[in-house]
Amino acid sequence: MSYLELLKLASPEAIVVITALAVLTIGLTTGREAASATVSTAGPTRNAGSSSSTRSAALCSFVAALGLVIAIGAVLMLPRNATLFGGMLVITPLTSLFKIICIALVFFTLLLTTSEKSLLHPGEYLAIVLLATVGLMLLVGSEELLMIFIGLELLGLSLYVMAAFDKNDVRSAEAGLKYFLFGSTSSAFTLFGISLIYGMSGTTGLAAISAKLATASVQPLLAVGVVMTLVGFSFKIAAAPFHLWAPDAYQGAPVPSAAFIASGSKVASFVVLGKIVLVGFAPVHGSAAWHGMVAGWSPVLAVLAAFSILLGNLVALAQSNVRRLLAYSAVAHGGYTLIGLVAGGRDGFSAALFYTTTYAITLVGAFGVVGFVRRDTGGDDLSNFSGLYSRSPLMAGSMAIFMLSLAGIPPLAGFFGKFYLFSSALRASPGHGLLWLVALALLGSFISLYYYLMVIKFIFVDKRAEPEIDHRLPITDHVLQKSAISLIAAAVLLLGVMPDILAAQILAAIP
Amino acid sequence: MIAWTIYITFAGALLLLFLPQVFARWIALLTTIAGLALGLAAFFCTPIPDLAHFTTIVRVPWISALRIDYHLALDGVSLTMVLVTGISAVSTVLFSWDVEHRQNEFFFWLLLVVAGCYGVFLSANLFLFFVFYELVIVPKYFLIAIFGSKNKEYGAMKLTLYSFFGGMFVFIGILVAYMTAGSLDLNQLAQFQFPRQLQLWAFPVLFLGFAVLAGIWPLHTWAPTGHAAAPTAGSMLLAGIVMKLGSYAGLRVAMNLFPQGFQLWSKWIAVLAVIGIVYAAAVALRQSDLKFVIGYSSVSHMGFVLLGLSTANLLGVSGAVLQMFSHGVIAALLFAVAGRMIYRRTRTRDLDALAGMNLSHALPFAAFTFVIASAASIGIPGFSGFAAEITILIGAWKTYPLAVGITGAGMVLVAAFTLRALKQSFFGEAGSGLGRIQEGRAALGPDWNEEQSITVAEKIGACLLMFATLAVGVYPKLLLDRIMPAVETMRFLKSGG
Repeated sequence: MSYLELLKLASPEAIVVITALAVLTIGLTTGREAASATVSTAGPTRNAGSSSSTRSAALCSFVAALGLVIAIGAVLMLPRNATLFGGMLVITPLTSLFKIICIALVFFTLLLTTSEKSLLHPGEYLAIVLLATVGLMLLVGSEELLMIFIGLELLGLSLYVMAAFDKNDVRSAEAGLKYFLFGSTSSAFTLFGISLIYGMSGTTGLAAISAKLATASVQPLLAVGVVMTLVGFSFKIAAAPFHLWAPDAYQGAPVPSAAFIASGSKVASFVVLGKIVLVGFAPVHGSAAWHGMVAGWSPVLAVLAAFSILLGNLVALAQSNVRRLLAYSAVAHGGYTLIGLVAGGRDGFSAALFYTTTYAITLVGAFGVVGFVRRDTGGDDLSNFSGLYSRSPLMAGSMAIFMLSLAGIPPLAGFFGKFYLFSSALRASPGHGLLWLVALALLGSFISLYYYLMVIKFIFVDKRAEPEIDHRLPITDHVLQKSAISLIAAAVLLLGVMPDILAAQILAAIP
Repeated sequence: MIAWTIYITFAGALLLLFLPQVFARWIALLTTIAGLALGLAAFFCTPIPDLAHFTTIVRVPWISALRIDYHLALDGVSLTMVLVTGISAVSTVLFSWDVEHRQNEFFFWLLLVVAGCYGVFLSANLFLFFVFYELVIVPKYFLIAIFGSKNKEYGAMKLTLYSFFGGMFVFIGILVAYMTAGSLDLNQLAQFQFPRQLQLWAFPVLFLGFAVLAGIWPLHTWAPTGHAAAPTAGSMLLAGIVMKLGSYAGLRVAMNLFPQGFQLWSKWIAVLAVIGIVYAAAVALRQSDLKFVIGYSSVSHMGFVLLGLSTANLLGVSGAVLQMFSHGVIAALLFAVAGRMIYRRTRTRDLDALAGMNLSHALPFAAFTFVIASAASIGIPGFSGFAAEITILIGAWKTYPLAVGITGAGMVLVAAFTLRALKQSFFGEAGSGLGRIQEGRAALGPDWNEEQSITVAEKIGACLLMFATLAVGVYPKLLLDRIMPAVETMRFLKSGG
């Protein structure tokens, strides 16, 4: 295979890397002195920002957004199927679809970044976001454990920096540190698990592992390897009891970073986790049916799912900060999504992917609104949301759509996602074996309704707006961000009314 | 044609988001009138034999991943429900003519509820059905929490959580039915023979889930609280239509899908229904808040519906459907008087306080309406309440003679609390003479003026509802001719023998 051909097949990744470098250069040449001048003169008034740094930030965002759009174009130009280096990099309809979804999610995250004033060096920040995007694309587009690990590390390291990017906020530093400590531990677990599996099967390609495992009997060492790998990924998707980093990271990290962690990172992790368990570990599926538990990875995931759903929803009830609330609800939603993987098969995988995609879209939007409220009122507690309706009906309406979709209210995307997930789980288990998990998930989503309604109550019903906000005029700037958020809200509604747009695509892409 | 009731109402709701406030109430009124007109047109133009089966109106593929169709159908039962939805919706808008605060939003949520109800009554696909069913509940939260009166946030949250608690069970029941039969089409599911073992547990799960919304005892407590906290329009819709969603769904889905399960559990439903009738009536007798009295009376009347359903014979079930129509109209009328005609003018719903005001002189039209509504509610012959309840009791006599006896006692209680409410609120002190008029007006406050008398919109709304209850009361065949053939083809009757 010639290098030219290789470059063609890897062109989306290459384009994003080049964009990252370009953005970094632009940021360095145009924004550096302006930003440092603002910091040295007056720390507190940095929010005012000088016009040159604003211009630099706008330029960087524009270039980054352009690069992402071109990358989507490049993905569309790829051939339908291709395999490079024995599965190191594969191109299938599934990988192409999810590369596009990930890039689109990052694109919307970028739009949130445009009005985020706490980021001192937008060029560097955006470059890291783009590098994380490459990590997402590598994760999605590989069927080989080593490459997957490299993708995970590239994504992880970028995210640690993104979480800690707000140098003036001690919470951001805390978020970055916690995320880093937990993340590196989980990487160690994953790597250890992968090495054990390699030791057992003598290969790192997922399909080859599957073939090897099918012939060999299940040994304790293999079980350790599988569980270790799953534990590593559970950290990534914040499944309880490996979720401890999530609340602090969601609350402390700059809003776009939190949105990235909750959306793109989650989608890619679920895609790759699904591929590992459903392709690589297919022979040791086991069964999580109530009366017929068989050892394998699916009971492990089922227990993780059950635990996440219960813990995430119950703890979220007690939160007074919206970002923490979203973090705990993310734990619960991770649990719901795992049900699809537990069910397995084409249907289950497709349902899990549909759910995690719509969830990610919803969360990007929700974080957009959180960022909006944060700029407006200086905080993101529930009380900061009170009276949002009178300040910006559009944002209030969008947030209501996001919250109700998360709660699983029709006709929004979250409802169909849940229906799809639960029906695939029941179909996969003869004799309604997974009914226990589905019933638990339904109970969880019933509990979740309460705290989502609380957010809505603060937005629409409460009038206890703080005095200084009362005198302010309704915010009319940030047109770009507002239109992006309302676009996402419209997408959530559309995906609920016409879920076929996405569901049929995903189902068709899964072999 | 009748499918347009759904689309028009949704379109009206969307329109409200974009147009200025001055148009809001007119758009809402025109939308609901269009819905009612479509319902009436279908009612009088559809040949009666066509209404015996759940006949498809629209069917297009919707979600290919799960092979779900967008499927609407119509029979006599659903047509009756569409009609009562239309009547209640129009009068609800008329009774909300004075909403000033966040008007567009108010009518937006109101129309969403109405559209969702139309959707539930017309859908023939279980998934679509459930989408509309759950869609109704969230707008109710907003209606009550934003526009409600005393204790509104508590009432709204309680109502929503109860409804979704029921929805959770419904969800499980639907999934199980879907997985077992491999289809979500209601007509196909109604032909499918579910294993007996499955029916025995799936039926109560599904039926109880629905019955929460119908206010079955002991899961009824959301209803009085919610009714009392809601704005007038909210209580009218809630008692008038939304509670019917539960009983309609129990009939259309739970009973029709799992006839064997229904047979086994029907006597327990009857027990709960009778307890509900008597208990709610007894509680209503002790309430001092007028809206709570009416709220409990709704629970009591919905008990009749459940009793009718549990009889599993043609008369009882048809009577239940008739009662759904009748109570939809009567409850709307009662809440309109209590919430709008009385509360808005006197700022109180406390029966003792009202007793001192002697409102019958100050608000003669309100008094007249309330007398009619009470008479219909008690079940005086000539009103729809009588026609419905007598049909249910005749049906029940064949199956549960004991229940009829107890219910008869319950009806006395219904009469007692209704008359008590009537007397306290309008005819507080026996008196005569023209001086009373001045006294009554003085009680309404010093700023009393002619503008506070009953408005034209209110009069039209009240007349519409009164006409409906009288028309059906005098000539119940009008509805029964369409309901009974549809009920006759349902499966649980045949297997019931």
